[in-house]
Amino acid sequence: MDKSLTMPVSGPAISAQAGSRLEAGPQGKRPRKRLSSRNIIVYGALGFAALYYLVPLYVMVVTSLKGMPEIRLGNIFSPPMEITFEPWVKAWAEACTGLNCDGLSRGFWNSVRITVPSVIVSIAIASVNGYALANWRFKGSEIFFTILIVGAFIPYQVMIYPIVIVLREMGLYGTLYGLILVHSIFGMPIQTLLFRNYFVSLPEELFKAARIDGAGFWQIYFRIMLPMSLPIFVVSMILQTTGIWNDFLFGVVFTRPDTYPMTVQLNNIVNSVQGVKEYNVNMAATLLTGAVPLIVYFVSGRLFVRGIAAGAVKG
Amino acid sequence: MAAHTQPGRPNQLFRNLNSKIASIPMMLTAVVIFLGGTIWTVVYSFTNSKLLPRLSFVGLEQYERLWDTPRWIVSIQNLATYGCLSLIFSLTIGFLLAALMDQKIRFENTFRTIFLYPFALSFIVTGLVWQWILNPEFGVQSVVRSLGWTSFTFDPLYNSDIVIYGILIAALWQGTGLVMCLMLAGLRGIDEDIWKAARVDGIPMWKTYLFIIIPMMRPVFVTTLVIIASGIVRIYDLVVAQTSGGPGIASDVPAKYVYDYMFFAQNLGQGFAASTMMLLAVAIIIVPWAYLEFGGRKRG
Repeated sequence: MDKSLTMPVSGPAISAQAGSRLEAGPQGKRPRKRLSSRNIIVYGALGFAALYYLVPLYVMVVTSLKGMPEIRLGNIFSPPMEITFEPWVKAWAEACTGLNCDGLSRGFWNSVRITVPSVIVSIAIASVNGYALANWRFKGSEIFFTILIVGAFIPYQVMIYPIVIVLREMGLYGTLYGLILVHSIFGMPIQTLLFRNYFVSLPEELFKAARIDGAGFWQIYFRIMLPMSLPIFVVSMILQTTGIWNDFLFGVVFTRPDTYPMTVQLNNIVNSVQGVKEYNVNMAATLLTGAVPLIVYFVSGRLFVRGIAAGAVKG
Repeated sequence: MAAHTQPGRPNQLFRNLNSKIASIPMMLTAVVIFLGGTIWTVVYSFTNSKLLPRLSFVGLEQYERLWDTPRWIVSIQNLATYGCLSLIFSLTIGFLLAALMDQKIRFENTFRTIFLYPFALSFIVTGLVWQWILNPEFGVQSVVRSLGWTSFTFDPLYNSDIVIYGILIAALWQGTGLVMCLMLAGLRGIDEDIWKAARVDGIPMWKTYLFIIIPMMRPVFVTTLVIIASGIVRIYDLVVAQTSGGPGIASDVPAKYVYDYMFFAQNLGQGFAASTMMLLAVAIIIVPWAYLEFGGRKRG
């Protein structure tokens, strides 16, 4: 658009000095047209793909704002004729799982009580691990790390029952503490890898200089490494928060119905067989559960992207 | 700190003492949970544990029973179908999207945000949304029918022959954004001069991608492949949310089989044997990769 506007203006300017340049031929890049067929294909394909990714979110929002009669009549893609927030209220405060009818709010607070401590504990452990592995290698440290990384690929189902036994022996089975411990354990491989890679990428001279000045393990960690690793802390916080909030398997295995996290409760509400299916309430509940990771994602923006890319490519 | 300022003979055990103390959680996790737990499960898979784990060995009986169970066979077939298609599609779509994003386009951030947001959502949310969209009574099928094509049938979640494809659609929606991001990071890591050289030589763009860029991105592809593959084997939540394994057992997967036998059917031995088979499947993927990657790194 703006190209066509500038063309007549620059026209005379070029012709004024054209004489000397004519033999040299056109200089520089030829301005590319905005609406070239190549661009149409690129944007068309991207737009089409974007549609596939956006439709489910749209359907969720639209459905959750409709009344049940309208859902039975209309199609799922049409916008609501009458906007109602009743499904949201019902999903939050009244939806039933089994005999409890206090909605998703209970699951929400359970998830908060699980996620916050789990994120803090797992990142604290993983950052120290990563630091030790990057700067204070000892005999066998790489072996433990290798076990940890390989362990990240072992299906959880293989280790779940032994953990149930261990937690039962410790008296933590079915409690929130038990689940927090489990999240810290299974977050460890990826988080440790993330921190180790980050600390390895820091200039070694920093560490050496601190050593020469007589700083020890914890001193270097708290006074040099921590202040420098804010980005990686934010990144791993984002990853852990969404990961733990979204967990289902551990929630269902290691908690009891009254401490179920939000995802488990959501699944129980939507997939319960008794009663009439209220699709609008279901979608409102689904959106509510997805809201926390979505907010984290949209707020963190490029940091989320950088985090997963850095963690994966360097590893 | 103390270990290093201490005078006297250095003791091998006390070298880096603080580092060792700090790594205790990691060592415990690695040895007790990851190694110990895995060995424990494998050992108990050779017993006839029912309600409680008991050490009375029955040899391979649990495995024989496992492979005689139709439900397990269905799970394995589902996993194989889902796994192959999911690998092919997510790598292809992910790379294509990344290549499109790499054309110096406008609104790159907007597109990236759109492609990646499903990855922030849980499999439960993903499964429930797609359960609703694929609902034959209200979803895509009914919308297309109301447009006039009355014989249109698209009910993957209620048709046991194609139910796994319904799950695949949802899984791709959730996961391809991540693949796109990894691939894009890989593409951005490629030296601009390579592109210039290819252009000077007059190599068409698709050929440059196919024969120069993709081979150069081998490490990115390998990493992505391993990430996707290990995710495939443990697929569980998505199936639970979207179909609960139904209709019947048509969309059952090994992870769900394990869970049901361990915690509902009170048949621990079966659960252990099935989870050991899952472990074996992962080992087949991981061991060659780990050997190549870590073995190679040590030499280099």
